[in-house]
Amino acid sequence: MPLVVLQNLVKSYGPIKALSNLSLEIPQGSFFGLLGPNGSGKSTTLRILCTLLEPDSGEVLVNGENALKNPRNIRSKIGYVAQEVAIDKILTGRELLQLHGDLYHLRKEYREQRIKNLIENLEMNDWIDRRSGSYSGGMRRRLDLATGLMHEPDLLVLDEPTVGLDIESRATIWSLLKELNKGGKTILLSSHYLEEVDELSDQMAIIDAGRVIAQGTPDELKKNLGCNRVTLKVREFSNEIEGEKVKELIKKLDGLHNVVVNRAQGYSLNFFVDTSDTLPILRSQLNEQGFEIFAISESRPTLDDVYLQSTGKTLMDAELEVANKRDLKKEAKQSMR
Amino acid sequence: MSKTFSPSSSGFSLENNKLEFLEIRQEVFALTRRLFLQLYRRPSTLVAGILQPLIWLVLFGALFENAPSNLLPGGIVYGKFLGAGIIVFTAFSGALNAGLPVMFDREFGFLNRLLVAPLRSRSSIVIASVIYIATLSILQSFVIMGAAFSLGYGFPNFYGVLLVLITLLILVFGVTALSLGLAFVLPGHIELIAVIFVANLPLLFASTALVPISFMPPWLGWLAALNPLTFAIEPIRAAYSGSLDLGSVLIHAPYGEVTGYGCLLILTILTAGLFIAIRPLLNRKLT
Ligand SMILES: Nc1ncnc2c1ncn2[C@@H]1O[C@H](COP(=O)(O)OP(=O)(O)OP(=O)(O)O)[C@@H](O)[C@H]1O
Ligand SMILES: [Mg+2]
Repeated sequence: MPLVVLQNLVKSYGPIKALSNLSLEIPQGSFFGLLGPNGSGKSTTLRILCTLLEPDSGEVLVNGENALKNPRNIRSKIGYVAQEVAIDKILTGRELLQLHGDLYHLRKEYREQRIKNLIENLEMNDWIDRRSGSYSGGMRRRLDLATGLMHEPDLLVLDEPTVGLDIESRATIWSLLKELNKGGKTILLSSHYLEEVDELSDQMAIIDAGRVIAQGTPDELKKNLGCNRVTLKVREFSNEIEGEKVKELIKKLDGLHNVVVNRAQGYSLNFFVDTSDTLPILRSQLNEQGFEIFAISESRPTLDDVYLQSTGKTLMDAELEVANKRDLKKEAKQSMR
Repeated sequence: MSKTFSPSSSGFSLENNKLEFLEIRQEVFALTRRLFLQLYRRPSTLVAGILQPLIWLVLFGALFENAPSNLLPGGIVYGKFLGAGIIVFTAFSGALNAGLPVMFDREFGFLNRLLVAPLRSRSSIVIASVIYIATLSILQSFVIMGAAFSLGYGFPNFYGVLLVLITLLILVFGVTALSLGLAFVLPGHIELIAVIFVANLPLLFASTALVPISFMPPWLGWLAALNPLTFAIEPIRAAYSGSLDLGSVLIHAPYGEVTGYGCLLILTILTAGLFIAIRPLLNRKLT
C-alpha cells in the first residue's frame, strides 16, 4: 500500500481553481518530486496533505488512515517544512527546536537527544544558540528542516526547500535529503527547478493548473516522450526572418514536431524528432532550399521537454505567464487563519 | 497495518486521561515559555505598561492635591480615590494587548507551525495567552499599587489584596478573551493596535476611575455606570478604604444601586459571556 494517497482533490480560492481533480500516490520509502511552475498548485496540495487546509472535495489517506477525519493522528506522522519560513526571530534555534519537540509531545530526554543529533547532522553547532533573527537564508532553511525532522516523522514534506538559496547551501540540503531517503525516510518535495527533481527524486509527478499531467520515474517520463531533442543552426548568428523561414520549411517534414525558434540561442531552431532517421532527410531538404547547416545536435529529452510536450509551453514561459498575474500579498492575507 | 500507537477516541481509561493531561500541560507550558522568553528579551511592553499608568497616577494625583477636603464623598484624599482607578486601568490596558502576539503569529505564519503540530487541544494556544497576559498585567498592577503606596495613598490589608487580585483576574480574563477574539477577526496588527488605541482612553474617562458618578452629567453617569471598568474599580476602591463589606452598595447608578457582590457577579457574567462568544470563532480559526 502506498504511504500517501491523494484522490481527486479539488480546491478553489473564491473564483480561482487551485486544484482540479488532483490524484497522486506516494510509495513508501520513495523520494517523490512534485514538479510544477509557479501557481500550479504545489503548495495547496502539500497544505492539504499536512491538514492545514481542507479540500473542497477529495480524499487524503496516510498509511491507510483518513487524514480529513483524523487529522491529529496524521500530524504526528508528518514533518512539514513550509515554503515561507516563519521563525520567531527572538528565540534561538535551540529554543525553537525545543518548542517543536514539546508540541509533538516528545519526552524531555529524548527531545534533547534529538536536538543534539540534529545539530550535529545539520552542522548547526556554531549558531544554534544565537537568536534566529540573525540567521542567513541557508541557516534558516536548515533549522526549518530540523524542526520538520524533530519527531522522526514517517513522511517528510518539503515545499520548495531550496528556492532562493545559494549553490552551496542547496548542495548541503540536497545531500542531506539523499542520505535521509537512503536511510528509509519517505520524502515528498515540491519544486519548480527541473534539476532538483531530476537529481533527487526516484518518483515524480508534473502538475500544471492543479492537475497531474505526467507521473512516473524521471527516466520513464523522458523515455516515454519517445523522441529526442534537436538544436539546429543554419549559421552561427541567424536572424528572426531566416529562423521563421527555416521553421516553416522543416515543419512540414514527417516525424518532427514542436518547432520553436529560440531567440536566446541566436535564432536557432529547437524541435523533437521521433527517430534519428529524420535527420538525413532534414539535411537534404535544407540543402535543396539553399540552406547550409552550421551545427546540428541531438540530445536526450529533459523534464522541461516532458512539460513542453504536454502543455505546449516551457516551464519558464509558464512561470513568466503567471508571475505578473498573482498578487502574493493578497494571497498571504487570504490564507491567514 | 499502522502499528504506531494511536491515542484515539476509543479509551476513556484513566491512563488515557492522564496521558492527555500531561500532553496538554506540556503544550501549554512550551507555548507559555515562548511568550515569556519574548517578554524577557523585549521587555518594552512591560515597561511601557507600567510607565503610562504611573504618569497618570502622579500627574492626576498632583492636579487635585489641593482640592477642598470635602470634595469627594466620604472626604477621602483624591490620590487614594484615583489609585483604584489607575490600578484597574493598568490591568485593563495590559490585557487589551493579549491579542497582539497571536495576531503577529497569524500574520507571519508562525501559527501554521502550531497548527500542523498534533496539539492535544487547540485551546492550549488560548490558555498560554491567558496565563501570559494575566501574569503580566497583574504584575504591572502590583507595581502601580506599590507606587501608590509610596505616594502615600495607602495599601489594602490582606483580605483587601485578595479582593484586588480576584477582581483584577476576572477583568483580565474577560479583556483577554475580547482581545483574542479581535485578533482573529481583524485583518492585521495595524487594525488591532488602532482598536486598542481608540478603546483605551474613552473607557478610562467614561468610568469612575477619575471622578465619582455624582460629578458627571447624566449621560456620562449612565455610561460610567454601564462601563465594565467601573464594576472592577469600585470593589478595589472598597478594598483600599478598609471597609471590606461587599454587601454594601458601591455604585449609585442611575438605574439603581449595585453592591460589591453585584459588581463581581456582573464582571464574572461578562467574562464568561465573552469566552462563550469567542469560542465558535476560535474553533473555526484553529482547526
Ligand atoms: N490564499 C489564496 N488566495 C487566493 N488564491 C490563492 C491562494 N493561495 C493560492 N492561490 C492561487 O491558487 C493557485 C495555486 O497556488 P499554489 O500556491 O498552490 O501554487 P504553487 O505551485 O505552490 O506556486 P509557487 O511555485 O508560487 O509556490 C495559484 O493560482 C494561486 O494564485
Ligand atoms: Mg508554493
